[in-house]
Amino acid sequence: MSTVPLTWQVRSPAKILPWTVPLILILFILPRALDPYGTILLTYGLLMAIASIGFNLLLGYTGLLSFGHSAYFGVGAYAVALMFKYWHVQSMELFLLGAIIASVVVSALFGFICVRYTRIFFGILTLALSQVLWSLAFKFYEITGGTDGLRVPTPTLLGIAIDPNEDKILFLARNYYYYVLGFFLACVLVMWVIVNSPFGKALQAIRDNEIRAEFIGVHIRKYRFVAFLVSGVFTGIAGALWVVLNGLTTPDILYWPFSGEIVFMSVLGGFRTFTGPIVGAVVFNYLKTYAVGATVYWQALMGAILVFLVLALPAGIVGTLAQVIARLRHRFAR
Amino acid sequence: MDIFFIHVFNALLYASVLFLIAGGLSLIYGVMRIVNLAHGSLYAFGAYVTAWVVGQWLAGAPVPVLFLLLPAGAVAAALLGAVLEPTLLRPFYRRAEEYQLLVTFGLLMLLEDLMRFFWGPYPLTATSLFETMGSLTVGGSVYPRYNLLVIVIGVVAAFLLWAFVYKTRFGVVLRATSQDMRRASAMGVNVNRVYVQAFTIGCFMAGLGGAIVVPSQSAVLGMAVDALVLAFVVVVIGGLGSLEGALFGALIVGVVREIGVSMFPEIELAILYLIAVFVLLVRPAGLFGKTA
Repeated sequence: MSTVPLTWQVRSPAKILPWTVPLILILFILPRALDPYGTILLTYGLLMAIASIGFNLLLGYTGLLSFGHSAYFGVGAYAVALMFKYWHVQSMELFLLGAIIASVVVSALFGFICVRYTRIFFGILTLALSQVLWSLAFKFYEITGGTDGLRVPTPTLLGIAIDPNEDKILFLARNYYYYVLGFFLACVLVMWVIVNSPFGKALQAIRDNEIRAEFIGVHIRKYRFVAFLVSGVFTGIAGALWVVLNGLTTPDILYWPFSGEIVFMSVLGGFRTFTGPIVGAVVFNYLKTYAVGATVYWQALMGAILVFLVLALPAGIVGTLAQVIARLRHRFAR
Repeated sequence: MDIFFIHVFNALLYASVLFLIAGGLSLIYGVMRIVNLAHGSLYAFGAYVTAWVVGQWLAGAPVPVLFLLLPAGAVAAALLGAVLEPTLLRPFYRRAEEYQLLVTFGLLMLLEDLMRFFWGPYPLTATSLFETMGSLTVGGSVYPRYNLLVIVIGVVAAFLLWAFVYKTRFGVVLRATSQDMRRASAMGVNVNRVYVQAFTIGCFMAGLGGAIVVPSQSAVLGMAVDALVLAFVVVVIGGLGSLEGALFGALIVGVVREIGVSMFPEIELAILYLIAVFVLLVRPAGLFGKTA
C-alpha cells in the first residue's frame, strides 16, 4: 500500500518512559514559561491532537481514509453548545458526557453505514454524511444559529467556576490548559493501549491484508465498526474541548475542508506512527496560526506545504525522523 | 402551469451547469482513477477568468464580441489543467489514494488563494451579457433568456461530449485506456498523452461551467468548495467514471434541488447528500457505474 516502513512502533513501556516522562513534565511546566496567548495556542494544538489520534486509528491502523471527520468534531462542539442553549448546563464534565453520548450515537449510525466499504467509496460516504450534518447546522437557523453559530461561555471545571474578577483569558490559559492536558494524556494512554492490544493488532492485520485477516478469524466489519466508533468519540471529545476554548461554534467546523485539515495534521506528523498525528496536530496548529498572521494568502502557503509534504516527505515529520535515526544507527553500528 | 415551466427551466439550468462540472470530474476519474478534489477550483477559475475578461478587461467591447469571449474561462481552465496534470498529478497515479486526495486537496488550497491574489476578495460579475438578453414571457411570468442559453449550452456540450467519446477515433483510445491502461499501453497507446488530453477536457468542461454562470451569478471565493461537494453528489448518484451517469445524476440533483428549494428549503441540501448516501449503499458503483 505504501513504501513507508511499518516497523517503527513503540512497544515496551521501559523503552518509551525515558522520553515520555520528561516531555510530560515539560508540558506541565510550559504555561509558566509561556504567555497566556502561547498557552492557549498550545491548548488548541493538544486538543486537535486528540482528534487526530482518533482519526489515525482509522487511517494509520485500520487503513480507512475518512474525509468526514469534521462530522464528529462538529457533533461534539454542537452537543456542548446546544446543551448550554436549551438546558443551561454550565459544567464541563456534563458537557463532555453529552458530547461523548452524542458522538457515540452519530458515529455508530455513520459507522454502521460506512464500514461496508473501503478505499475511495469509504472516503466519499464519510464525506457525504458529514455534509448532511453541515447542511442541517447551516440551514436550521432557529436551533443552530446558522452561519452565526452558537456561543458557549466558560464552564465550571470540576465544579470550580471562573472567579468573576478573574480574566477569562488567564483562566483559559491556566486552569483550562491543565484540564485539556489531563484529557490529552488520558486519551493518548487509552489509544496507546488500544493500538497495542490484540484488538489493535487485529485492526493492523485488516489494514495489511483483509483476506488473510478474515482467514485467521477476524470479524472484519465488526472490528472496523468498533474502530470507527472509538475514532468518532475521540474526535467528539476534541470538538467539545475546542468549543469551550473557542467560545463559539459555526458550521465551518462541519464543512468538508475541515475534515481535510484533520487528514493534513495526521499526514504532516506521519500517519504510520503512533506519535505522528500528535506532533502533526501541534505543528499544524502553530503553522496555521503563523501563516494566517503572516499573510492573507495563508491557504496557498498551507497548500504548498501539503503538496511538498506528499511529494517529498510522505512519511511525515515523525516518520522521516525515525527513518533518519534508523539510518544513522545502522551506520554507527557497523 | 407557467410556474411549472419555470421550475422545469430552473431544474434544467442547474442540471446543465452541474453536468459540466460533474461530467469533467467523472471523465477524469474514469480515465485516470483519480478523484480530483481541486476540480471545483477549475470551475471557479473558469468563472473568474470569464468574469474578468467580459466584465472588466474588455467590458467596453460590443456585445457579440463579449458573447464570443464567454468561453475564455473554459480555455483558461483547460490550459491550467494541461499544465497541472503532467507536473503535479502524474507522480501520484501509482501511489495510494490517500496521497492523491491529499495532493489535490493541497492544490485546492493553492488555487483558492491564486484566485484571491489575481482578482481580490470581492465578487466579480459579468452581468452585461445577462442584461442585454432580456427576458421572455412564459404565460404570466417572465424568465431570463440567458438562462435558456445556459440550458442550450449544457445540452450541446453533453451531445458533443457523447459524440467525441463514442464516435471519434480519440474516443476509442480514451475508452480503451479507461478500461485497461496496461493493455492500451501495450497496443501502442501513448497513455501519458491520453491522460493529459482527458484531464484537459475535464478541466475545459469545469471551466465552461464556471464561464456560463458568471453572467447571471458572480464569481466568489468559496464557490470551488461548494461546487465540488455537489459534483460529488452527482457522480456518486450516477456512478464514478460514467458520463451517462453524470448526466442522469445532474438531472436528478437539478430536479430535487428545485423541488427542495420551493417546498422544504431547510433540508434541501441534506436530502441531496442523503440521496447520494442511499445510492452508495444500494449500488456503490452508482446507477450507471460498472461494479468493479
